[in-house]
Amino acid sequence: MDVLAVALGALLAVAAVAFVARPFLAEPDAEDDRLAGRTSAEQERLELLERRDRALGALKELEFDHRTGKIADADYEASVGPLRREAAEAMRALEPLAPPARAPVEKVDARA
Amino acid sequence: MPGLGSAALVVAFGLVAYAAVAGGYAAHRGRRRLLESATNALFASFASVLLAALVLLAALARHDFSFAYVASHTSRELPLGYTLASFWSGQEGSLLLWLLVLTGIGSAAVALNRRLIRTVIPWTVPILGAIASFFALLLVFVASPFATQVAPADGAGMNPSLQNPYMLAHPPLLYLGYVGLTIPFAFAMGALASGRADERWIIATRRWTLASWTFLGFAILLGAKWAYEEVGWGGWYAWDPVENAALMPWLVATAYLHSVMVQEKKNMLRVWNAVLVAGAFCLSLFGTFLTRSGVINSIHSFTQSSIGAWFLGFIAVVAAASTALIIYRLPLLRSRTRLESLVSREAAFLYNNLFLVAFALTVLWGVIYPLVSEAVRGVAVTVGAPYYDFFAVAFGLPLVLLMGIGPLVAWRRASLRAVGRSLLWPAGAALIVGILLLLAGAGSSPAGLVGYTFAAFVLAAIALEFVRGTRARHALGGGSWPAAFTSLVGRNRRRYGGYVVHAAIVLLLVGAVGIGGFGTTQEGKLTQGQSVEVGDYTLTYLGSEQRRAANSQELRARLAVSRGGEDLGTVLAGKNRYFAEQQTSNEVAIRSDWLRAEDLFVIADQFNPDGSVFVKVIVNPLVNLIWLAGLLFVAGALITLWPDAREQRRLARRFDEEGALARA
Repeated sequence: MDVLAVALGALLAVAAVAFVARPFLAEPDAEDDRLAGRTSAEQERLELLERRDRALGALKELEFDHRTGKIADADYEASVGPLRREAAEAMRALEPLAPPARAPVEKVDARA
Repeated sequence: MPGLGSAALVVAFGLVAYAAVAGGYAAHRGRRRLLESATNALFASFASVLLAALVLLAALARHDFSFAYVASHTSRELPLGYTLASFWSGQEGSLLLWLLVLTGIGSAAVALNRRLIRTVIPWTVPILGAIASFFALLLVFVASPFATQVAPADGAGMNPSLQNPYMLAHPPLLYLGYVGLTIPFAFAMGALASGRADERWIIATRRWTLASWTFLGFAILLGAKWAYEEVGWGGWYAWDPVENAALMPWLVATAYLHSVMVQEKKNMLRVWNAVLVAGAFCLSLFGTFLTRSGVINSIHSFTQSSIGAWFLGFIAVVAAASTALIIYRLPLLRSRTRLESLVSREAAFLYNNLFLVAFALTVLWGVIYPLVSEAVRGVAVTVGAPYYDFFAVAFGLPLVLLMGIGPLVAWRRASLRAVGRSLLWPAGAALIVGILLLLAGAGSSPAGLVGYTFAAFVLAAIALEFVRGTRARHALGGGSWPAAFTSLVGRNRRRYGGYVVHAAIVLLLVGAVGIGGFGTTQEGKLTQGQSVEVGDYTLTYLGSEQRRAANSQELRARLAVSRGGEDLGTVLAGKNRYFAEQQTSNEVAIRSDWLRAEDLFVIADQFNPDGSVFVKVIVNPLVNLIWLAGLLFVAGALITLWPDAREQRRLARRFDEEGALARA
């Protein structure tokens, strides 16, 4: 191994170590070194948000498929009720968990 | 400068090992700065591997034969394109490419998803680090591309089969596909390890998975085109172990891309999806193992090496660890939603998954059968094309039918009457096509007739979906019909891009059935002036000629081609003798007729001292549809991959809502 290669290799190693150590060099005495986790309340809210979005997305798709004639009226009637209930339940469950500055809840867009 | 390359690899190994160990500790103990440090190590490892790659590329470009790798895979006369492409023609170089792609896309995926899934990233970083550590370890201690030697006057050259333009694109695309499957695996396992099995990891990895699947699928077709031109037996897919090695993870990833929609829509199949992601990744490792170990005899396996045991060990560890994690998290993964009806979209996806996975497993069994038979009976028995053909038909035809039926069935439940009504038009179209083909004489190949009828069914179903959707969109939004069509596709790129991909698969089926069921072959010895007739073509042998190319001596038979009395020019088929490699390759002549989508395929591999030549002439009908299918496949995948502003806004709003709670 020639001298230049050794020097360049050493330079690379030093640069890598400096970059890896950066979080510690930038905050040698960090006040809070804990990873931002998710509390069970946050997890519950996330799952409710997913449930709400899933139901609203399914409703949107159901409406469109009904319009295209892919879904018969009877099948539509059988599916739309449970989906609306599911969306409403998720939204109701989200109410008490709402943060102070909550964004508006997405509405069903039958045209989508 | 091999020393710099080695040093860069050692530094990269240290960095990814640190990312694995420190990242794992940080995730376990919840240390923020240590995790940031581990993440930085992953990012830095990409830079270090890139430097190593540049050192190797520079050595290749300079014909620096003091690098054993350069001397083993190139020669002074090898054209520059192939010289640079030899980066991935050998074992050490292709391992370096694996690590380069892995650290590159791994870093990008982590950087782009840090905010989206802050609870999953802590475990994703060490998992990516651990996988990268395996490849870095091989490169540093087992198969270094920077081994040196006393430089010989010239190199050994490149395997002639690899000296084909597809060599420039096929392997890197294949590796992008293989390595890309690491991303959904690392995020899925990260989600399981952190106990957060919500759908965020799916959202975070959706495009990565789709892109990897697209690369893998397109690479398989490019490899098929390469084999069609270079190996020159007249076919396009030979069920070779190395071809199958890429097909298996693609099939499993295809199953995942379908079943993940069921998870997103219905919160079902969560265990199954985790299994598919792990399976696809393990099979991508297995594919690399097959290509690189030389353990199974293949015309595409260009190496015999000692890394096979390392790979098998790693695959076993990955399979065991991911299985253990999935079992450990079963309570978290179990779905509370049940399948409501066997006649529903989700049920159709389930059937599709069963066929895809069953097909992947039968291919896997065929690939490993020589190893199993050798271990059990002491004799390696190879499974032939009839085995694969049987299962390709047995599982492929129902899959094709499902491509037509699935989109016409509603989510949750559908009455048989409604489904029957939806299927009326496609079934009618298929029946008419079948009768017309029968009248046209396509009954000579019953399998071909069935294949084309099914293809007509699926294409009609896809067309019906577009027509119905455009009509509904036009009724809702007014405007012009093209605007309604664009709006339809733009508002649901996933669905309609998926239909385009389905159309590509049908096109491939039509091409494959054409070449398999309706091809014509003729062979014989020709002296100068003699003719051979194949289909409606006549080929007349005009004589042989020789030419010296950059790194080979070319010997060609010139044949005049005519069809129905019309002169179509001449074709040149023969062989090349490579100087440095001391090897010969067959160079077939292919005359493509794009209007008829057929090829005239000529092999001339036996030149006799009396001036005669032995030729084999094949007419491959519709074969060009296979290559067109590749382009349509990419177009469909691009539509699906294109960012959807509405979906981005919806997700951003959801994450803002969650973030607001976290800040409150």
